[in-house]
Amino acid sequence: MPDTVKLEVFRYRPEGEGEPLYETFEVPYRDEWMVLDALNQIKDHQDGTLSYRWACRMGVCGSCGMTVNGEPVLTCATYLEPFLPGPIRVEPLHGFPVIRDLVGDLEDFVGKLQRVKPWIIREEERSPSEGEYLQTPEEMDAYKRYSMCINCMLCYAACPIYELEPGFIGPAAIALAQRYNLDSRDEGARERHEVLAEHEGVWSCTFVGECSIVCPKDVDPAGAIQRYKVDATLDFFRSLVTPGRSP
Amino acid sequence: MRRARDPFFWGLFSAGGMLTALLLPALFLVAAITAPMGWFGMTGYEEWVALASHPVTRGGLLVVAFLAFFHAAHRFRYTLYDGLQLYHLDALISIVTYGVAAALTVLAAALLILVV
Repeated sequence: MPDTVKLEVFRYRPEGEGEPLYETFEVPYRDEWMVLDALNQIKDHQDGTLSYRWACRMGVCGSCGMTVNGEPVLTCATYLEPFLPGPIRVEPLHGFPVIRDLVGDLEDFVGKLQRVKPWIIREEERSPSEGEYLQTPEEMDAYKRYSMCINCMLCYAACPIYELEPGFIGPAAIALAQRYNLDSRDEGARERHEVLAEHEGVWSCTFVGECSIVCPKDVDPAGAIQRYKVDATLDFFRSLVTPGRSP
Repeated sequence: MRRARDPFFWGLFSAGGMLTALLLPALFLVAAITAPMGWFGMTGYEEWVALASHPVTRGGLLVVAFLAFFHAAHRFRYTLYDGLQLYHLDALISIVTYGVAAALTVLAAALLILVV
């Protein structure tokens, strides 16, 4: 095993040289180190100006997503070892405007997430005194997979359609819409339909499937989207044979 | 209008993909292997014509052809639209691809009615 490994890190300092460039850092190599540990070594010991997001270092917060040797990954869950002997190229997630170094602008995603109303919508709220909304294990299984999303946006970085059609509402937002649509306590499917049934909702997706491949939480956004397409199509053809019913 | 167009064409695409994936291998197996080899007793040309002329067979073949053509058209439309990034030509591409699928469906119907 080598003593050190080189990282080629994407740098963008709008107030400095203005143009993006790659800066090479040599960091100590440790078998148990993740890419994030190497970035922290750079930040702590070599260049304190290097900017990137991270928080939990255990694959839960979803903030350390970056492009490592061309693949969108959580850097806290990606060992250095498979990339030996290096150099390892670290870039921001593709498809997002870069604010600085490895930090992307998340405004677009956050706006889309809010549009699909990812919370439980009730026509009439029950008061707490009436007790909990009960749910069977089977009812929970219907949406549980989609609830594992940590908003890390690796699926957006992997999606070729999101890069080509920036209006596309995107994999995670649709998977989270389905997380609530399929929840037995929720009554908001019709409201979300307004957003999902647009061309820039589910129909922009051509089922490339990369989103489900890169998802670190096995959420399967591609599956969620195809499932919604089937439901929306059946609704549409049903509305043709039963006039008066809105699709 | 656009809201109706997407599920309509995706429905044809989806149904066509499933039906052709299920039926075409079986049709090839029967028409290209088992029948010419004389297995299962179906050997003569007349027997085949009788089977193909049955209204149910004709209707079934027309449905398979219709959905397969629209499946191919939809796939080709998106190959041009996303693959070659011809976004500004989407209307033209849609008319040509679905138009060709419609024309081929009419041709298939004509062949099934007139020839078989």
